[in-house]
Amino acid sequence: MTEGEVTVAITSRAPAPGGGVSTTPAAGPPAPPPAPPGPRTAWAEGVERLRAAATTEPGRLRIIGAVLAALVLLFGTSAVWEVSDRVTAAEDVVGHSQPLSADAASLYRSLADADTASSSGFLAGAQEPREVRERYEKDIANASRLLVNAAANTDAGGDSRKEIALLGQQLPRYTGLIEQARATNRQGLPLGGAYLRYANEQMSTVLLPAAQRLYEAETGRLYKDYDDARSWPAVATLTGLLALGALVWAQRRNYRRTNRVFNHGLVAATAAAAVVLLWLTVGQTLARSGLSEARSGGQESLKVLNDARIASLQARAGENLTLIARGAVLAEDKTSDKYDVEFTKNMKELDSGLATALRLADDSSGRRPVQQAVDGVAQWKRRHAAARETDMRGDYELALPQVIGDKDHKDSSGASFDTVDASLEQAVAHEQEQFTQAARGGLGALGGLVTGSAALAVIGAAAALLGIGRRLSEYR
Amino acid sequence: MRIRAGRDHGYGGDGSPAAASAASGAGAASGAGAGAPVRRPARRLRGWGGVGAMAAACALTAAVVLLPLAQAAPDGVGPGAVRPPATMALAPATPADTCQDPEASLRPGGVDGPAVERIRKAGKLVAGVDQNSFKWGYRKPDGHLDGFDIALVKAIAKDILGDENAVIYRAIPTSQRIPALKENRVDIVVRTMTINCKRLEDVAFSTAYFEAGQQVLAPKGSPITGYDTSLNGRKICTAAGSTAEAALKSQSYGSVPVSVANQLDCLVRLQLGEVDGIITDNALAAGQAAQDPSVQLVGSPFTREFYGVAMNKDAGDLVRRVNKVLENYRAGGNDSPWMQAYRTHLEAVLPNVTAPPAPKYRDG
Repeated sequence: MTEGEVTVAITSRAPAPGGGVSTTPAAGPPAPPPAPPGPRTAWAEGVERLRAAATTEPGRLRIIGAVLAALVLLFGTSAVWEVSDRVTAAEDVVGHSQPLSADAASLYRSLADADTASSSGFLAGAQEPREVRERYEKDIANASRLLVNAAANTDAGGDSRKEIALLGQQLPRYTGLIEQARATNRQGLPLGGAYLRYANEQMSTVLLPAAQRLYEAETGRLYKDYDDARSWPAVATLTGLLALGALVWAQRRNYRRTNRVFNHGLVAATAAAAVVLLWLTVGQTLARSGLSEARSGGQESLKVLNDARIASLQARAGENLTLIARGAVLAEDKTSDKYDVEFTKNMKELDSGLATALRLADDSSGRRPVQQAVDGVAQWKRRHAAARETDMRGDYELALPQVIGDKDHKDSSGASFDTVDASLEQAVAHEQEQFTQAARGGLGALGGLVTGSAALAVIGAAAALLGIGRRLSEYR
Repeated sequence: MRIRAGRDHGYGGDGSPAAASAASGAGAASGAGAGAPVRRPARRLRGWGGVGAMAAACALTAAVVLLPLAQAAPDGVGPGAVRPPATMALAPATPADTCQDPEASLRPGGVDGPAVERIRKAGKLVAGVDQNSFKWGYRKPDGHLDGFDIALVKAIAKDILGDENAVIYRAIPTSQRIPALKENRVDIVVRTMTINCKRLEDVAFSTAYFEAGQQVLAPKGSPITGYDTSLNGRKICTAAGSTAEAALKSQSYGSVPVSVANQLDCLVRLQLGEVDGIITDNALAAGQAAQDPSVQLVGSPFTREFYGVAMNKDAGDLVRRVNKVLENYRAGGNDSPWMQAYRTHLEAVLPNVTAPPAPKYRDG
């Protein structure tokens, strides 16, 4: 017995009786050792034969060949299995859960936008500008479409379904209140303003929180897919190392016994296994970095920008409602105007959101629209302060165009808001593109790996068998 | 509980609107301090022991005095009086206040002082008004302001400047009524503003130009008949911080109170079927009824509060001048400008008012 054989007994355990038992089932098909039929149990018979075979060199060689082929195939199978899991998760990130998260963000934004548009239209009175009405209608249509879409596609679980059902119930109620407000306003009745405030309350206390929860659930689902796609294929790596180790040992044993340096079959099998392992490592590393970049550079920025956008929309609604309610509703301190307080609060959130977005923006083309939004917000605040002062002075007729703008007031706070909104939209589009690009890059890194590793594993197993077969033929 | 001998003057037998709006026509029978129960509908006696009611009324009044409601009260639903329930048959309660006769104002005069001089020089009267209070101060679909308050502003402008359109209207938010006057951003505020002692510390008021009271508003055909046991089991809406809310807290008649931010929000809830009735100032309730023909005021008012024109505390000459305008505004019996404005804006929804409230004056 050589030293090598002792090692075998420890590492692969193939020739040892006990170890042979454990590997026999896997080794069965490729290297057909003794076929079973017999009066005793097939199992006992198999063990018996194996034990008998292990006493001769050809028998040992057969067992070694079977084990090598089995290990290479096991490696290939686990690589295919683990990588296709990650490919599926990465595909889900790009093609399923990220779009669903983006849709939920879009739904959230459409609702907030509809509320802002309805209050803007209301302020303009009977001469509600057509484009404001169209914006509202588009928002509602978009929200309804996204809601149906979300209901059909979500798999984020029961909580998401609950939010979708709630939104489905409350959205028609909200639009009903808005239409009532509009119809009443067109008759010149102050009651319309009360309806609008009620609708706004429904929006900001029921619909928007539900949409936000839905967005967060979908984003949570997305992050889960990220983690799945990024997790290291540990089983494949381990079996790969094992297969390579066994191949190296077999060649070393071969060299010791025959003094031949290369057995072509075994070398080919080693090369195939090494290529698969390398490919797996590099591909997964690239995919991980792509997905990480998509998450940190794209998704996180998207979340911050979406939140900032919602804050800007709600601030605008508050600004409009301050003019509509005229102090009819007080904040909790019982002295300040509720809607003015909300405006200030949302502007603060917008400020901090934009500061974070600016920090997260990782290139100049991402920073530019955010910087524009920051400038727009500063201008908006100045104009709002001026309009608010005019209003507090009691000059409603002047304050109104300062807020909603008209042909003599191009420099309204509404125009600043439009700048902010457009810049944020641009920034969101940019980050979305960055996300898609990075995530697609990550997904691409795994491309071909499944088919490649399957094919190479089969080739490797076949080569190992051929290599051992060549040695065996020397005994005939 | 302070007894208000002087108040009955404004209430008594001179055809005051309070008597008229009580819809009994017996107001004249109520002599000063006598507190005759004649005008009260007998049904309101039900379920009330005089002593218990008196105690409840005192407690409620005290509560209202102590609560600093002035700032929180939207649109003139100020801390007014919660009048002892009708059974009391005493004189109507004063606004729960810390001063004597808050609605007694300076005697009328036509001598121009610095305040009137300044308005003349500017050529425009700057008036703080509401634009969301239907039938009082609101924007018509054409964008112009109209209403009972606006008509009074025009009368004042016509008297001082000779032109009823020489007015700059400032649609001031509720919370800005007093600051706007103190900082002289407006000359007068005519905005369903209740006269009370707390506000008298900051501004001056004209004589009362309207008497209002808390009253129940319910859908036509509703079994609710007023501030009484018919409220049992009904959801009743009031504005947060208003006199009506305090009244329901002290005597709910088995109703379920629902509190909202503003009295107009109550009408929204009523139309949506979320509440069965509303309690608010009847002047504002009239504005609500005017926006929804399917609701109406029921029962009688159970408090009294007076609206006045508010001015800067130092503008004594302007107060006298406005009081002179009000004298003329009230004069002429059924054809007085006051009655004409009433018929134009309010009669349809707040019927049975036959005359303006009588002015009360103090010297000094």
